[in-house]
Amino acid sequence: MWRFIAGRLLQAIPVILAVITVTFFLVRVAPGGPFDSEKAVIPEVKAALEAQYRLDLPLGQQYFAYLQDLARGELGPSFKYPGRSVNELIAAGLPATAELGAYALLVAVVLGGLAGVVASLKPNSAQDYIPMSVAMIGICMPTFLLGPLLVLLFGIHLEWLPVAGWGDIPGDKILPSLTLGAAYAAYIARLSRAGMLEVMSQDYIRTARAKGLPEWQVVTRHALRGGLIPVVAFLGPAFAGLLAGSFVVETIFQIPGLGRFYVQAAFNRDYTMILGTTVFLSTLIVLFNLLSDILAAWLNPRLRAQYGEA
Amino acid sequence: MPLLSVRDLQVDFTTRNGRITAVNGIGFDVEPGQITAIIGESGSGKSVACYSLLGLLPTPPASIERGSAVFDGRDLLQMSERELREIRGRDIAMIFQDPMTCLNPYMTVGNQLVEPLIYHRKVTRAQARERALELLAEVGLRDPQATIDQYPHQFSGGMRQRVMIAMALINEPRLLIADEPTTALDVTIQAQILELIAELQRKRNIGVIFISHDLSVVADIADEIVVMEKGHVVERGDRQAIFQAAEHPYTQKLLAAIPAGSKPPADAAREDLIQVRNLCTWFSQGRGAEPLRAVDDVSFTVQRGEVLGLVGESGSGKSTIGRSLLRLVPVTSGEVLFDGTDVTGLAGAGLKQMRRRMQMIFQDPYASLNPRMSVYDTLAEPLLLHGIATRKTVEQGVLQLMDDVGLARAFVRKYPHEFSGGQRQRIAIGRALATRPEFVVADEPVSALDVTIQAQILELMLELGREYGLTMLFVSHDLAVVRHIADRILVLYKGRVVEQGTGDALFNAPKEDYTRQLLQAIPGRGLL
Repeated sequence: MWRFIAGRLLQAIPVILAVITVTFFLVRVAPGGPFDSEKAVIPEVKAALEAQYRLDLPLGQQYFAYLQDLARGELGPSFKYPGRSVNELIAAGLPATAELGAYALLVAVVLGGLAGVVASLKPNSAQDYIPMSVAMIGICMPTFLLGPLLVLLFGIHLEWLPVAGWGDIPGDKILPSLTLGAAYAAYIARLSRAGMLEVMSQDYIRTARAKGLPEWQVVTRHALRGGLIPVVAFLGPAFAGLLAGSFVVETIFQIPGLGRFYVQAAFNRDYTMILGTTVFLSTLIVLFNLLSDILAAWLNPRLRAQYGEA
Repeated sequence: MPLLSVRDLQVDFTTRNGRITAVNGIGFDVEPGQITAIIGESGSGKSVACYSLLGLLPTPPASIERGSAVFDGRDLLQMSERELREIRGRDIAMIFQDPMTCLNPYMTVGNQLVEPLIYHRKVTRAQARERALELLAEVGLRDPQATIDQYPHQFSGGMRQRVMIAMALINEPRLLIADEPTTALDVTIQAQILELIAELQRKRNIGVIFISHDLSVVADIADEIVVMEKGHVVERGDRQAIFQAAEHPYTQKLLAAIPAGSKPPADAAREDLIQVRNLCTWFSQGRGAEPLRAVDDVSFTVQRGEVLGLVGESGSGKSTIGRSLLRLVPVTSGEVLFDGTDVTGLAGAGLKQMRRRMQMIFQDPYASLNPRMSVYDTLAEPLLLHGIATRKTVEQGVLQLMDDVGLARAFVRKYPHEFSGGQRQRIAIGRALATRPEFVVADEPVSALDVTIQAQILELMLELGREYGLTMLFVSHDLAVVRHIADRILVLYKGRVVEQGTGDALFNAPKEDYTRQLLQAIPGRGLL
């Protein structure tokens, strides 16, 4: 197992390196620079700024200098927030985003898993059609539509929940988490329904019934584990999607998270900030994919044996 | 008084094409301490009848229309789901056909084993485990202490079936329903499992319903035999009566399907088409580990027009030899001369040319046909690929193949799932013959089929072999089947040839212990 984990971590290095390289050169190719603005800047000042941030060096040298910093864990100074490093900015934005992501994932797994399992127990009945139709709507509806709709309904019309903020008023975390998690809950509902239907038709479920176990034990003891493996395998990619999607939700609900910094950095051509956030997020995504693979292996003894040998 | 008395049972299924009566007014009895065998081909309703007794059929589409099944003074068919559940796994237990899929792959066998005991008898986990260990030892598992916490995939098919049997017996049921419990197993393992079931049954004096498609399997163990065809019981009687004085034509057909006798000896010696010299095919088992010697220094020849049988149990290397000859697995060392050319060194165009002359028929016609290709596409592909037919003549070629393998031309646009197992194997044979090969490797082509279908397919293969002038390597675990079709037989054990000779020579005067063992394992040999 440790060999498998170490192998996967080693494989991650070229992936992350490729992400860095592509991002590094792409942001440079994009028109405009960090110190271009509508106001004319005195050429001497601009030159001095560029020298300070090593922008006057040839591109190749800048690239290797960046890699050297990165090896020491330094993501460099931000171009737009003078005096603050990218490390500090990420550390400032991360807690809110991580918390939002975690709650959204929880919403997705609990709501989605439950809906999928319930639907699978009586296929092609109301118990199946209703949650699956809701899931279909969830998949189709974009976050930027769902968020304002929820705000309108629960925040303004019913006045049950606050419309914005993060950690200021009790209950203000509910709507953002729901908004972000909804599409994933819908997707997980479909995955777990399909997984459960497949497992429930297996011969070993018949064996469990022949033992005289009541149906709920057949489902919880024998079916759930196999049925939810596809969901576990999806958690890694889902996490990536949640991070990417958090920007929209953070904007709608005025949450001081990483996503907003990230997008603002792109508008500002804040090279180091874009790169730093990209490196950080891609590392997280690789780690979470690994984590979901490990979890899937832990659930499946056959896979466990394979990884154990590898 | 019988333990179970089924009367006038009718089970219907609602399908898209209307209602189908799967079980039509059948009746039978099971006496305590006796084995009642229910025999019939797939679709005869034998499994449906037994599943309906325990409420294991999904309703809908199934519905029990009428009848009674009195067990222990109470009618099973009138019980609520709750009452039935109390009886399932406690008083009536089941063993299923495929031990590979009937155990939960995500749970250790120990945890699965103790489940019925804990649920029905309210014993503690520790007590249940103690009992499970005793039973595992009783059903013949080596070292239960070490294996009880393993997962099903770590067991062989035979061992899994032993676990299934232990699981069924853990509550000391009074009735055991065994649904084709040996059909997915090798003949040698089948013989062991049959013996085990009979022994446990005698010791516990329980009633057993043994469902099978194969009369010979129950020839040694059944007390009472019920023969079913298309939802009806066509004949009932004790073992003696069925085997010696069967009256119904269907029973006679089942008896005739049991492979018996050997092929008449071939005429004069012919030239060698294939010469295999010191063939070794080893598989790496990971760094540092000894390689698995699947085929270890095997030499033999196959004459043109001959059917050579390869017999051995799972893991004997018989399939690997067939695959090595066709270069479907990499050969470690040795020579395979096909018509004078060493096949092991071929690559590219030479290999493609050779593949056209050598074809393979696989065991499982469900898995080896592409479900998204119609019969037409499946048969046309090799014709076009090897340039045997052009776009214009391909339809004629496909129809000719359909005729040859005995499929109606009207079926040509259908997909594999629309056919029965026997028909699918006919398609697979047609696919193999499409390139007009000189040599065919048939890897267990009939072991997934019912006996009656098996007999038809063997007949077809013999006929086509003559018609196409085929040379064939026929791989099987079943000596009786091989004897029926092969001119000469090689007996394999652990990757080596232990004995070879004609079918009659092996049957009448086996030289090696292992061959004797294989002969012993043939079900119902006493009756043949």
